[in-house]
Amino acid sequence: MDEQSPSPEDPLIRFENVGLRYGLGPEILRDVSFAIGPCSFQYVTGPSGAGKTSLLRLLFLSLRPTRGLVEIFGQDAATASRTNVQVLRRRIGIVFQDFRLLEHLTTYENVALPLRVLGQAESSYRNDVMELLEWVGLGDKMWVHPPVLSGGEKQRAAIARAVITRPEILLADEPTGNVDPPLARRLLRLFIELNRLGTSVVIATHDLALMDQYDARRLILNAGVMEVHDIA
Amino acid sequence: MISREGRQGRFKRLRIGRRRGPMTTPAPREIGSAELPAREGATPGAFEEPRVVNPIVPPRSVAGRALLVLVAIMSFLACLSVASVSVVSDRARGWQRQIAAELTIQVSPVAMQDMQSALQRARNIAEATPGVRSAEILQPEQSSALLEPWLGRGFDPNELPIPRIISVRLDGDADLATLARLLREEVPGASLDDHGMWLKRLARMSQAVTFAGLGVVALVMAATALSVVFATRGAMAGNKEVIEVLHFVGAEDAYVAGEFQRHFLLLGLKGAGLGGIAAIALFALLSLIGGVQGPTPEEAQLRSLLGGLTVGPPAYIGSIVTVVAIAVTIAATARLTVRRTLAEIG
Repeated sequence: MDEQSPSPEDPLIRFENVGLRYGLGPEILRDVSFAIGPCSFQYVTGPSGAGKTSLLRLLFLSLRPTRGLVEIFGQDAATASRTNVQVLRRRIGIVFQDFRLLEHLTTYENVALPLRVLGQAESSYRNDVMELLEWVGLGDKMWVHPPVLSGGEKQRAAIARAVITRPEILLADEPTGNVDPPLARRLLRLFIELNRLGTSVVIATHDLALMDQYDARRLILNAGVMEVHDIA
Repeated sequence: MISREGRQGRFKRLRIGRRRGPMTTPAPREIGSAELPAREGATPGAFEEPRVVNPIVPPRSVAGRALLVLVAIMSFLACLSVASVSVVSDRARGWQRQIAAELTIQVSPVAMQDMQSALQRARNIAEATPGVRSAEILQPEQSSALLEPWLGRGFDPNELPIPRIISVRLDGDADLATLARLLREEVPGASLDDHGMWLKRLARMSQAVTFAGLGVVALVMAATALSVVFATRGAMAGNKEVIEVLHFVGAEDAYVAGEFQRHFLLLGLKGAGLGGIAAIALFALLSLIGGVQGPTPEEAQLRSLLGGLTVGPPAYIGSIVTVVAIAVTIAATARLTVRRTLAEIG
Protein backbone atom coordinates (compact mmCIF):
# COMPACT_ATOMS: atom_id res chain seq x y z
CA MET A 1 0.00 0.00 0.00
CA ASP A 2 1.36 3.39 -0.90
CA GLU A 3 -0.36 5.03 2.01
CA GLN A 4 1.77 7.55 3.86
CA SER A 5 1.99 7.85 7.63
CA PRO A 6 0.94 11.41 8.38
CA SER A 7 2.39 13.30 11.30
CA PRO A 8 -0.08 14.30 14.04
CA GLU A 9 -0.38 17.78 12.51
CA ASP A 10 -1.16 16.57 8.99
CA PRO A 11 -4.81 16.76 8.01
CA LEU A 12 -6.58 13.43 7.71
CA ILE A 13 -8.55 14.70 4.74
CA ARG A 14 -7.70 17.54 2.40
CA PHE A 15 -9.85 19.03 -0.37
CA GLU A 16 -8.28 21.46 -2.85
CA ASN A 17 -10.40 23.23 -5.46
CA VAL A 18 -12.68 20.25 -5.70
CA GLY A 19 -15.44 20.30 -8.28
CA LEU A 20 -18.13 17.67 -8.73
CA ARG A 21 -20.77 17.18 -11.37
CA TYR A 22 -22.98 14.23 -12.18
CA GLY A 23 -22.66 13.37 -15.84
CA LEU A 24 -23.05 16.47 -17.98
CA GLY A 25 -25.15 18.28 -15.39
CA PRO A 26 -24.22 21.46 -13.53
CA GLU A 27 -21.49 21.45 -10.90
CA ILE A 28 -22.87 20.33 -7.55
CA LEU A 29 -19.69 21.39 -5.75
CA ARG A 30 -17.44 24.21 -6.93
CA ASP A 31 -13.87 24.97 -5.84
CA VAL A 32 -14.31 23.40 -2.44
CA SER A 33 -11.18 23.61 -0.30
CA PHE A 34 -10.86 22.56 3.33
CA ALA A 35 -9.02 20.15 5.57
CA ILE A 36 -10.11 17.91 8.41
CA GLY A 37 -7.52 17.61 11.13
CA PRO A 38 -7.03 14.90 13.71
CA CYS A 39 -9.41 15.01 16.71
CA SER A 40 -11.43 17.81 15.13
CA PHE A 41 -15.18 18.37 15.25
CA GLN A 42 -17.11 20.05 12.46
CA TYR A 43 -20.54 20.42 11.02
CA VAL A 44 -21.23 20.42 7.30
CA THR A 45 -24.33 22.49 6.88
CA GLY A 46 -26.37 24.35 4.33
CA PRO A 47 -29.82 24.24 2.80
CA SER A 48 -31.24 21.10 1.25
CA GLY A 49 -29.70 20.42 -2.13
CA ALA A 50 -26.56 22.42 -1.32
CA GLY A 51 -24.36 19.35 -1.84
CA LYS A 52 -23.91 18.06 1.74
CA THR A 53 -24.55 14.41 0.88
CA SER A 54 -22.37 14.65 -2.23
CA LEU A 55 -19.58 16.06 -0.08
CA LEU A 56 -19.97 13.18 2.39
CA ARG A 57 -19.84 10.71 -0.50
CA LEU A 58 -16.58 12.29 -1.63
CA LEU A 59 -15.26 12.04 1.92
CA PHE A 60 -16.25 8.39 2.01
CA LEU A 61 -14.73 7.62 -1.39
CA SER A 62 -17.99 6.51 -2.90
CA LEU A 63 -17.62 9.31 -5.46
CA ARG A 64 -14.53 10.65 -7.20
CA PRO A 65 -14.16 14.37 -7.83
CA THR A 66 -14.63 15.70 -11.35
CA ARG A 67 -11.73 18.07 -10.74
CA GLY A 68 -9.43 19.15 -7.94
CA LEU A 69 -7.64 17.09 -5.31
CA VAL A 70 -9.22 14.92 -2.63
CA GLU A 71 -6.60 13.46 -0.34
CA ILE A 72 -7.71 10.89 2.21
CA PHE A 73 -5.05 9.90 4.75
CA GLY A 74 -2.43 11.23 2.37
CA GLN A 75 -3.69 9.26 -0.59
CA ASP A 76 -5.13 10.82 -3.72
CA ALA A 77 -8.71 9.56 -3.97
CA ALA A 78 -8.67 9.87 -7.76
CA THR A 79 -5.94 7.26 -8.14
CA ALA A 80 -6.83 4.91 -5.27
CA SER A 81 -7.39 1.35 -6.45
CA ARG A 82 -10.55 -0.55 -5.58
CA THR A 83 -8.73 -2.48 -2.86
CA ASN A 84 -7.12 0.68 -1.49
CA VAL A 85 -10.50 2.37 -1.26
CA GLN A 86 -11.74 -0.46 0.95
CA VAL A 87 -8.63 -0.29 3.13
CA LEU A 88 -9.05 3.50 3.52
CA ARG A 89 -12.74 3.09 4.32
CA ARG A 90 -11.85 0.93 7.30
CA ARG A 91 -10.33 4.06 8.85
CA ILE A 92 -13.57 6.00 8.33
CA GLY A 93 -16.86 5.32 10.08
CA ILE A 94 -20.08 6.42 8.48
CA VAL A 95 -23.58 6.81 9.86
CA PHE A 96 -26.30 7.06 7.26
CA GLN A 97 -29.48 8.98 7.63
CA ASP A 98 -31.41 5.79 6.85
CA PHE A 99 -29.15 3.73 9.19
CA ARG A 100 -28.46 0.94 6.65
CA LEU A 101 -28.70 -1.80 9.27
CA LEU A 102 -29.05 -5.34 7.91
CA GLU A 103 -32.43 -6.57 9.01
CA HIS A 104 -31.60 -10.27 9.09
CA LEU A 105 -28.78 -9.68 11.57
CA THR A 106 -29.21 -8.90 15.26
CA THR A 107 -28.13 -5.55 16.69
CA TYR A 108 -25.02 -7.29 18.05
CA GLU A 109 -24.21 -8.78 14.65
CA ASN A 110 -24.80 -5.48 12.87
CA VAL A 111 -22.41 -3.68 15.18
CA ALA A 112 -19.84 -6.49 14.93
CA LEU A 113 -20.02 -6.54 11.12
CA PRO A 114 -16.92 -4.36 10.47
CA LEU A 115 -14.83 -6.63 12.72
CA ARG A 116 -16.26 -9.76 11.13
CA VAL A 117 -15.34 -8.38 7.73
CA LEU A 118 -11.78 -7.93 8.98
CA GLY A 119 -11.72 -11.67 9.61
CA GLN A 120 -11.66 -11.46 13.40
CA ALA A 121 -13.01 -14.37 15.42
CA GLU A 122 -16.27 -13.76 17.24
CA SER A 123 -14.67 -14.62 20.59
CA SER A 124 -12.05 -11.89 20.08
CA TYR A 125 -14.53 -9.04 19.72
CA ARG A 126 -17.52 -10.25 21.74
CA ASN A 127 -16.71 -8.22 24.86
CA ASP A 128 -15.85 -5.06 22.89
CA VAL A 129 -19.13 -5.16 20.98
CA MET A 130 -21.16 -5.84 24.12
CA GLU A 131 -19.40 -3.06 25.98
CA LEU A 132 -20.00 -0.60 23.16
CA LEU A 133 -23.65 -1.57 22.94
CA GLU A 134 -23.94 -1.02 26.68
CA TRP A 135 -22.26 2.35 26.23
CA VAL A 136 -24.74 3.51 23.61
CA GLY A 137 -27.61 2.22 25.74
CA LEU A 138 -28.53 -0.83 23.70
CA GLY A 139 -27.39 -3.44 26.19
CA ASP A 140 -30.85 -4.93 26.40
CA LYS A 141 -31.43 -4.84 22.64
CA MET A 142 -28.39 -6.83 21.56
CA TRP A 143 -30.22 -9.90 20.37
CA VAL A 144 -33.14 -8.30 18.62
CA HIS A 145 -33.36 -7.53 14.93
CA PRO A 146 -33.52 -3.94 13.63
CA PRO A 147 -37.24 -3.99 12.72
CA VAL A 148 -38.14 -4.01 16.40
CA LEU A 149 -35.81 -1.11 17.27
CA SER A 150 -37.08 2.46 17.47
CA GLY A 151 -35.63 5.16 15.22
CA GLY A 152 -33.32 6.40 17.97
CA GLU A 153 -32.16 2.89 18.79
CA LYS A 154 -31.43 2.19 15.15
CA GLN A 155 -29.46 5.43 14.98
CA ARG A 156 -27.41 4.43 18.02
CA ALA A 157 -26.82 0.96 16.57
CA ALA A 158 -25.64 2.59 13.33
CA ILE A 159 -23.31 4.86 15.31
CA ALA A 160 -21.96 1.87 17.26
CA ARG A 161 -21.30 0.03 14.00
CA ALA A 162 -19.48 3.06 12.65
CA VAL A 163 -17.17 3.37 15.66
CA ILE A 164 -16.58 -0.27 16.62
CA THR A 165 -13.29 -0.34 14.71
CA ARG A 166 -12.28 2.95 16.34
CA PRO A 167 -12.08 4.87 13.07
CA GLU A 168 -10.03 8.02 12.78
CA ILE A 169 -12.93 9.92 11.23
CA LEU A 170 -16.65 9.56 11.84
CA LEU A 171 -19.03 10.88 9.17
CA ALA A 172 -22.69 11.27 10.08
CA ASP A 173 -25.35 12.23 7.56
CA GLU A 174 -28.26 14.03 9.24
CA PRO A 175 -27.92 11.88 12.37
CA THR A 176 -30.71 13.75 14.13
CA GLY A 177 -33.02 13.95 11.15
CA ASN A 178 -35.33 11.18 12.32
CA VAL A 179 -35.29 11.65 16.07
CA ASP A 180 -36.96 13.93 18.59
CA PRO A 181 -35.01 16.81 20.18
CA PRO A 182 -34.15 15.05 23.48
CA LEU A 183 -32.73 12.08 21.60
CA ALA A 184 -30.94 14.45 19.22
CA ARG A 185 -29.20 15.98 22.24
CA ARG A 186 -28.23 12.54 23.50
CA LEU A 187 -26.80 11.59 20.13
CA LEU A 188 -24.84 14.83 19.99
CA ARG A 189 -23.37 14.01 23.40
CA LEU A 190 -22.36 10.66 22.00
CA PHE A 191 -20.52 12.31 19.11
CA ILE A 192 -18.82 14.73 21.49
CA GLU A 193 -17.62 11.87 23.68
CA LEU A 194 -16.31 10.01 20.66
CA ASN A 195 -14.48 13.15 19.58
CA ARG A 196 -12.90 13.41 23.02
CA LEU A 197 -11.71 9.85 22.65
CA GLY A 198 -9.75 10.94 19.58
CA THR A 199 -12.08 10.55 16.62
CA SER A 200 -12.53 13.41 14.17
CA VAL A 201 -16.24 13.98 13.70
CA VAL A 202 -18.02 15.39 10.65
CA ILE A 203 -21.76 15.86 11.02
CA ALA A 204 -23.81 16.86 8.00
CA THR A 205 -26.93 18.61 9.24
CA HIS A 206 -29.24 21.50 8.60
CA ASP A 207 -30.50 21.43 12.17
CA LEU A 208 -29.48 24.86 13.51
CA ALA A 209 -30.70 24.00 17.01
CA LEU A 210 -28.30 21.08 17.14
CA MET A 211 -25.34 23.24 16.09
CA ASP A 212 -26.23 25.84 18.68
CA GLN A 213 -25.93 23.25 21.43
CA TYR A 214 -22.27 22.58 20.77
CA ASP A 215 -20.13 25.19 19.18
CA ALA A 216 -17.82 23.76 16.55
CA ARG A 217 -16.31 24.59 13.20
CA ARG A 218 -18.92 24.93 10.46
CA LEU A 219 -18.40 24.10 6.80
CA ILE A 220 -21.30 25.91 5.19
CA LEU A 221 -22.33 24.86 1.71
CA ASN A 222 -24.46 27.11 -0.40
CA ALA A 223 -25.21 26.27 -4.02
CA GLY A 224 -22.08 24.14 -4.19
CA VAL A 225 -19.73 26.75 -2.75
CA MET A 226 -18.19 26.28 0.69
CA GLU A 227 -17.52 28.80 3.40
CA VAL A 228 -15.51 27.69 6.41
CA HIS A 229 -16.39 29.23 9.80
CA ASP A 230 -13.86 28.32 12.43
CA ILE A 231 -14.74 28.75 16.08
CA ALA A 232 -13.23 31.78 17.71
CA MET B 1 -26.44 8.14 38.38
CA ILE B 2 -23.05 7.03 37.23
CA SER B 3 -20.24 8.98 38.84
CA ARG B 4 -17.68 10.73 36.67
CA GLU B 5 -15.04 8.27 37.85
CA GLY B 6 -17.32 5.43 36.91
CA ARG B 7 -17.89 6.93 33.47
CA GLN B 8 -14.16 7.45 32.95
CA GLY B 9 -13.56 3.88 34.04
CA ARG B 10 -16.05 2.75 31.43
CA PHE B 11 -14.25 4.72 28.73
CA LYS B 12 -10.92 3.32 29.82
CA ARG B 13 -12.32 -0.16 29.47
CA LEU B 14 -13.51 0.62 25.98
CA ARG B 15 -10.94 -1.36 24.02
CA ILE B 16 -12.37 -1.14 20.58
CA GLY B 17 -10.40 -1.66 17.42
CA ARG B 18 -7.16 0.06 16.50
CA ARG B 19 -5.62 2.56 18.85
CA ARG B 20 -3.84 5.62 17.60
CA GLY B 21 -1.99 6.35 20.80
CA PRO B 22 -3.05 6.69 24.39
CA MET B 23 -6.77 7.01 24.97
CA THR B 24 -7.66 10.54 26.00
CA THR B 25 -9.70 10.83 29.12
CA PRO B 26 -12.78 12.94 28.57
CA ALA B 27 -12.59 16.42 30.01
CA PRO B 28 -14.85 17.04 32.96
CA ARG B 29 -18.30 17.81 31.73
CA GLU B 30 -21.68 17.41 33.21
CA ILE B 31 -23.21 14.41 31.56
CA GLY B 32 -26.12 12.89 33.29
CA SER B 33 -27.09 9.28 33.04
CA ALA B 34 -29.96 10.41 30.84
CA GLU B 35 -27.51 11.41 28.11
CA LEU B 36 -25.87 8.05 27.74
CA PRO B 37 -28.17 5.42 29.12
CA ALA B 38 -26.26 2.49 30.50
CA ARG B 39 -27.17 -0.30 32.83
CA GLU B 40 -25.68 0.03 36.27
CA GLY B 41 -23.36 -2.79 37.11
CA ALA B 42 -23.83 -4.42 33.75
CA THR B 43 -20.86 -6.53 32.85
CA PRO B 44 -19.91 -7.35 29.30
CA GLY B 45 -20.61 -10.94 28.62
CA ALA B 46 -23.38 -11.03 31.19
CA PHE B 47 -25.94 -11.69 28.44
CA GLU B 48 -25.24 -15.30 27.87
CA GLU B 49 -27.85 -15.92 25.24
CA PRO B 50 -27.42 -18.81 22.88
CA ARG B 51 -26.04 -17.05 19.85
CA VAL B 52 -26.19 -18.39 16.39
CA VAL B 53 -24.03 -16.25 14.15
CA ASN B 54 -26.26 -15.48 11.20
CA PRO B 55 -24.69 -15.57 7.76
CA ILE B 56 -24.09 -12.09 6.37
CA VAL B 57 -25.86 -13.01 3.14
CA PRO B 58 -29.21 -14.59 4.09
CA PRO B 59 -29.36 -18.13 2.63
CA ARG B 60 -33.00 -17.77 1.56
CA SER B 61 -32.13 -14.81 -0.61
CA VAL B 62 -29.44 -16.66 -2.53
CA ALA B 63 -31.15 -19.40 -4.45
CA GLY B 64 -34.40 -21.21 -4.15
CA ARG B 65 -35.43 -24.80 -4.37
CA ALA B 66 -35.62 -24.58 -8.15
CA LEU B 67 -31.85 -24.24 -8.50
CA LEU B 68 -31.33 -27.04 -5.99
CA VAL B 69 -33.58 -29.34 -8.05
CA LEU B 70 -31.86 -28.27 -11.27
CA VAL B 71 -28.44 -29.05 -9.81
CA ALA B 72 -29.73 -32.41 -8.54
CA ILE B 73 -31.06 -33.32 -12.00
CA MET B 74 -27.85 -32.23 -13.69
CA SER B 75 -25.80 -34.19 -11.21
CA PHE B 76 -28.01 -37.26 -11.74
CA LEU B 77 -27.54 -37.05 -15.51
CA ALA B 78 -23.79 -36.53 -15.18
CA CYS B 79 -23.49 -39.53 -12.84
CA LEU B 80 -25.52 -41.68 -15.28
CA SER B 81 -23.23 -40.61 -18.08
CA VAL B 82 -20.11 -41.39 -16.06
CA ALA B 83 -21.54 -44.79 -15.14
CA SER B 84 -22.44 -45.55 -18.78
CA VAL B 85 -18.88 -44.76 -19.83
CA SER B 86 -17.56 -46.95 -17.05
CA VAL B 87 -19.86 -49.90 -17.86
CA VAL B 88 -19.26 -49.78 -21.62
CA SER B 89 -15.50 -49.38 -21.24
CA ASP B 90 -15.46 -52.22 -18.75
CA ARG B 91 -17.47 -54.51 -21.08
CA ALA B 92 -15.41 -53.52 -24.11
CA ARG B 93 -12.24 -54.33 -22.22
CA GLY B 94 -13.74 -57.71 -21.25
CA TRP B 95 -14.67 -58.50 -24.84
CA GLN B 96 -11.25 -57.43 -26.03
CA ARG B 97 -9.60 -59.69 -23.47
CA GLN B 98 -11.78 -62.62 -24.50
CA ILE B 99 -11.30 -62.08 -28.22
CA ALA B 100 -7.60 -61.50 -27.88
CA ALA B 101 -7.29 -64.76 -25.94
CA GLU B 102 -8.64 -66.79 -28.83
CA LEU B 103 -7.33 -67.46 -32.31
CA THR B 104 -8.67 -69.43 -35.22
CA ILE B 105 -6.62 -71.47 -37.63
CA GLN B 106 -8.49 -72.13 -40.81
CA VAL B 107 -7.35 -75.00 -43.02
CA SER B 108 -8.85 -74.91 -46.50
CA PRO B 109 -9.04 -78.06 -48.60
CA VAL B 110 -6.11 -78.25 -50.96
CA ALA B 111 -5.88 -80.76 -53.78
CA MET B 112 -3.79 -83.83 -53.06
CA GLN B 113 -3.63 -83.01 -49.35
CA ASP B 114 -5.06 -85.17 -46.65
CA MET B 115 -7.20 -82.87 -44.51
CA GLN B 116 -6.71 -84.86 -41.30
CA SER B 117 -2.93 -84.84 -41.49
CA ALA B 118 -2.95 -81.11 -42.41
CA LEU B 119 -5.12 -80.41 -39.35
CA GLN B 120 -2.81 -82.48 -37.14
CA ARG B 121 0.25 -80.65 -38.43
CA ALA B 122 -1.38 -77.26 -37.90
CA ARG B 123 -2.40 -78.24 -34.39
CA ASN B 124 1.07 -79.48 -33.54
CA ILE B 125 2.59 -76.22 -34.79
CA ALA B 126 0.11 -74.24 -32.71
CA GLU B 127 0.66 -76.29 -29.58
CA ALA B 128 4.41 -75.96 -29.94
CA THR B 129 4.14 -72.18 -29.94
CA PRO B 130 4.89 -70.62 -26.53
CA GLY B 131 1.86 -68.87 -25.00
CA VAL B 132 -0.66 -71.25 -26.51
CA ARG B 133 -2.68 -73.09 -23.91
CA SER B 134 -4.64 -75.43 -26.14
CA ALA B 135 -5.50 -76.05 -29.76
CA GLU B 136 -8.65 -77.98 -30.52
CA ILE B 137 -9.75 -79.23 -33.91
CA LEU B 138 -13.43 -78.55 -34.39
CA GLN B 139 -15.18 -81.76 -35.46
CA PRO B 140 -17.10 -81.74 -38.76
CA GLU B 141 -20.35 -81.76 -36.80
CA GLN B 142 -19.30 -78.62 -34.97
CA SER B 143 -18.38 -76.96 -38.28
CA SER B 144 -21.75 -77.98 -39.69
CA ALA B 145 -23.47 -76.46 -36.67
CA LEU B 146 -21.63 -73.19 -37.32
CA LEU B 147 -22.81 -73.25 -40.96
CA GLU B 148 -26.36 -74.24 -40.12
CA PRO B 149 -27.77 -70.70 -40.25
CA TRP B 150 -26.58 -70.40 -43.88
CA LEU B 151 -26.79 -73.91 -45.29
CA GLY B 152 -29.52 -75.42 -43.19
CA ARG B 153 -29.58 -78.86 -41.60
CA GLY B 154 -28.89 -82.24 -43.13
CA PHE B 155 -26.06 -81.48 -45.50
CA ASP B 156 -22.93 -83.60 -45.58
CA PRO B 157 -19.91 -81.47 -44.87
CA ASN B 158 -17.65 -83.99 -46.57
CA GLU B 159 -19.35 -83.31 -49.90
CA LEU B 160 -18.46 -79.64 -49.80
CA PRO B 161 -14.97 -78.10 -49.80
CA ILE B 162 -15.55 -76.50 -46.44
CA PRO B 163 -12.50 -75.25 -44.53
CA ARG B 164 -11.87 -76.88 -41.16
CA ILE B 165 -11.17 -74.87 -38.08
CA ILE B 166 -8.78 -75.21 -35.15
CA SER B 167 -9.70 -73.18 -32.13
CA VAL B 168 -6.59 -71.96 -30.30
CA ARG B 169 -6.63 -70.54 -26.80
CA LEU B 170 -3.81 -68.40 -25.47
CA ASP B 171 -2.66 -67.97 -21.91
CA GLY B 172 0.01 -65.37 -22.47
CA ASP B 173 1.80 -63.39 -25.13
CA ALA B 174 2.33 -65.59 -28.15
CA ASP B 175 4.48 -64.82 -31.18
CA LEU B 176 1.61 -64.75 -33.65
CA ALA B 177 3.71 -63.59 -36.59
CA THR B 178 5.98 -66.67 -36.31
CA LEU B 179 2.96 -68.92 -35.89
CA ALA B 180 1.33 -67.47 -39.01
CA ARG B 181 4.59 -67.88 -41.00
CA LEU B 182 5.11 -71.47 -39.86
CA LEU B 183 1.52 -72.37 -40.74
CA ARG B 184 1.88 -70.83 -44.20
CA GLU B 185 5.13 -72.71 -44.81
CA GLU B 186 4.24 -76.08 -43.31
CA VAL B 187 0.54 -76.45 -44.01
CA PRO B 188 -0.71 -75.44 -47.43
CA GLY B 189 -4.16 -73.86 -47.21
CA ALA B 190 -3.78 -72.87 -43.53
CA SER B 191 -4.30 -69.30 -42.38
CA LEU B 192 -4.36 -67.62 -38.99
CA ASP B 193 -7.17 -65.29 -37.92
CA ASP B 194 -6.17 -63.27 -34.84
CA HIS B 195 -9.48 -61.31 -34.73
CA GLY B 196 -7.53 -58.05 -35.15
CA MET B 197 -10.37 -56.42 -37.04
CA TRP B 198 -12.79 -57.04 -34.19
CA LEU B 199 -10.30 -55.85 -31.64
CA LYS B 200 -9.82 -52.59 -33.52
CA ARG B 201 -13.56 -52.04 -33.88
CA LEU B 202 -14.16 -52.71 -30.22
CA ALA B 203 -11.40 -50.31 -29.20
CA ARG B 204 -12.86 -47.65 -31.48
CA MET B 205 -16.37 -48.16 -30.13
CA SER B 206 -15.15 -48.00 -26.57
CA GLN B 207 -13.30 -44.74 -27.27
CA ALA B 208 -16.35 -43.24 -28.98
CA VAL B 209 -18.58 -44.09 -26.04
CA THR B 210 -16.03 -42.65 -23.60
CA PHE B 211 -15.72 -39.39 -25.56
CA ALA B 212 -19.50 -39.08 -25.92
CA GLY B 213 -20.00 -39.72 -22.21
CA LEU B 214 -17.36 -37.22 -21.17
CA GLY B 215 -18.86 -34.75 -23.65
CA VAL B 216 -22.25 -35.13 -21.97
CA VAL B 217 -20.64 -34.56 -18.55
CA ALA B 218 -18.90 -31.43 -19.86
CA LEU B 219 -22.18 -30.11 -21.31
CA VAL B 220 -24.01 -30.79 -18.06
CA MET B 221 -21.27 -28.95 -16.13
CA ALA B 222 -21.46 -26.01 -18.55
CA ALA B 223 -25.26 -25.83 -18.30
CA THR B 224 -25.06 -25.96 -14.50
CA ALA B 225 -22.40 -23.23 -14.44
CA LEU B 226 -24.54 -21.01 -16.69
CA SER B 227 -27.56 -21.50 -14.43
CA VAL B 228 -25.39 -20.55 -11.47
CA VAL B 229 -24.24 -17.38 -13.26
CA PHE B 230 -27.88 -16.28 -13.60
CA ALA B 231 -28.70 -17.35 -10.05
CA THR B 232 -25.68 -15.47 -8.66
CA ARG B 233 -26.61 -12.30 -10.51
CA GLY B 234 -30.14 -12.64 -9.16
CA ALA B 235 -28.84 -13.19 -5.64
CA MET B 236 -26.59 -10.14 -5.93
CA ALA B 237 -29.47 -8.01 -7.14
CA GLY B 238 -31.57 -9.26 -4.21
CA ASN B 239 -28.76 -8.51 -1.78
CA LYS B 240 -27.76 -5.11 -3.15
CA GLU B 241 -28.16 -3.49 0.25
CA VAL B 242 -26.03 -6.15 1.96
CA ILE B 243 -23.27 -5.68 -0.61
CA GLU B 244 -23.40 -1.91 -0.20
CA VAL B 245 -23.16 -2.15 3.58
CA LEU B 246 -20.30 -4.64 3.29
CA HIS B 247 -18.45 -2.18 1.10
CA PHE B 248 -19.18 0.67 3.49
CA VAL B 249 -17.65 -1.25 6.38
CA GLY B 250 -14.52 -1.92 4.35
CA ALA B 251 -15.11 -5.41 2.94
CA GLU B 252 -13.03 -6.19 -0.11
CA ASP B 253 -14.52 -7.84 -3.19
CA ALA B 254 -12.90 -11.15 -2.27
CA TYR B 255 -14.75 -11.13 1.06
CA VAL B 256 -18.10 -10.36 -0.58
CA ALA B 257 -17.45 -13.07 -3.18
CA GLY B 258 -16.57 -15.50 -0.38
CA GLU B 259 -19.91 -14.88 1.33
CA PHE B 260 -21.83 -15.79 -1.84
CA GLN B 261 -19.46 -18.62 -2.71
CA ARG B 262 -20.10 -20.28 0.66
CA HIS B 263 -23.84 -20.43 -0.03
CA PHE B 264 -23.42 -21.75 -3.53
CA LEU B 265 -20.92 -24.39 -2.41
CA LEU B 266 -23.45 -25.59 0.15
CA LEU B 267 -26.21 -25.54 -2.44
CA GLY B 268 -23.95 -27.38 -4.89
CA LEU B 269 -23.04 -30.04 -2.36
CA LYS B 270 -26.70 -30.51 -1.44
CA GLY B 271 -28.03 -30.58 -4.99
CA ALA B 272 -25.22 -32.59 -6.52
CA GLY B 273 -25.26 -34.93 -3.52
CA LEU B 274 -28.98 -35.59 -3.97
CA GLY B 275 -28.49 -36.28 -7.69
CA GLY B 276 -25.51 -38.49 -6.96
CA ILE B 277 -27.35 -40.47 -4.30
CA ALA B 278 -30.29 -40.98 -6.68
CA ALA B 279 -27.91 -42.18 -9.41
CA ILE B 280 -26.06 -44.54 -7.05
CA ALA B 281 -29.39 -45.94 -5.84
CA LEU B 282 -30.35 -46.56 -9.46
CA PHE B 283 -27.04 -48.34 -10.12
CA ALA B 284 -27.59 -50.58 -7.11
CA LEU B 285 -31.12 -51.35 -8.31
CA LEU B 286 -29.88 -52.14 -11.82
CA SER B 287 -27.21 -54.41 -10.41
CA LEU B 288 -29.90 -56.24 -8.44
CA ILE B 289 -32.52 -56.65 -11.14
CA GLY B 290 -30.69 -55.82 -14.34
CA GLY B 291 -28.67 -59.04 -14.64
CA VAL B 292 -29.75 -61.46 -17.40
CA GLN B 293 -31.07 -64.55 -15.70
CA GLY B 294 -32.73 -67.71 -16.90
CA PRO B 295 -31.93 -71.18 -18.15
CA THR B 296 -32.55 -70.78 -21.89
CA PRO B 297 -29.60 -70.79 -24.34
CA GLU B 298 -30.47 -67.23 -25.49
CA GLU B 299 -30.28 -65.95 -21.93
CA ALA B 300 -27.01 -67.81 -21.42
CA GLN B 301 -25.62 -66.16 -24.57
CA LEU B 302 -26.77 -62.73 -23.41
CA ARG B 303 -25.23 -63.39 -20.02
CA SER B 304 -22.00 -64.33 -21.70
CA LEU B 305 -22.09 -61.22 -23.90
CA LEU B 306 -23.20 -58.62 -21.36
CA GLY B 307 -21.78 -60.21 -18.24
CA GLY B 308 -24.91 -59.35 -16.25
CA LEU B 309 -24.49 -55.55 -16.78
CA THR B 310 -23.41 -54.91 -13.24
CA VAL B 311 -22.21 -51.41 -12.34
CA GLY B 312 -18.71 -51.72 -10.96
CA PRO B 313 -16.81 -49.70 -8.35
CA PRO B 314 -15.38 -47.27 -10.97
CA ALA B 315 -18.93 -46.04 -11.69
CA TYR B 316 -19.56 -45.41 -7.98
CA ILE B 317 -16.22 -43.67 -7.51
CA GLY B 318 -16.80 -41.68 -10.74
CA SER B 319 -20.20 -40.56 -9.44
CA ILE B 320 -18.74 -39.31 -6.16
CA VAL B 321 -15.99 -37.45 -8.04
CA THR B 322 -18.67 -35.96 -10.35
CA VAL B 323 -20.72 -34.75 -7.38
CA VAL B 324 -17.69 -33.01 -5.84
CA ALA B 325 -16.69 -31.57 -9.24
CA ILE B 326 -20.18 -30.12 -9.75
CA ALA B 327 -20.21 -28.56 -6.27
CA VAL B 328 -16.75 -27.03 -6.79
CA THR B 329 -17.75 -25.79 -10.26
CA ILE B 330 -20.84 -24.12 -8.78
CA ALA B 331 -18.86 -22.44 -5.98
CA ALA B 332 -16.12 -21.27 -8.35
CA THR B 333 -18.66 -19.96 -10.86
CA ALA B 334 -20.47 -18.03 -8.13
CA ARG B 335 -17.20 -16.52 -6.92
CA LEU B 336 -16.11 -15.49 -10.42
CA THR B 337 -19.54 -14.05 -11.21
CA VAL B 338 -19.60 -11.97 -8.01
CA ARG B 339 -16.11 -10.63 -8.60
CA ARG B 340 -16.79 -9.84 -12.23
CA THR B 341 -20.13 -8.18 -11.44
CA LEU B 342 -18.59 -6.11 -8.63
CA ALA B 343 -15.80 -5.01 -10.96
CA GLU B 344 -18.41 -4.02 -13.56
CA ILE B 345 -20.44 -2.07 -10.98
CA GLY B 346 -17.29 -0.47 -9.54
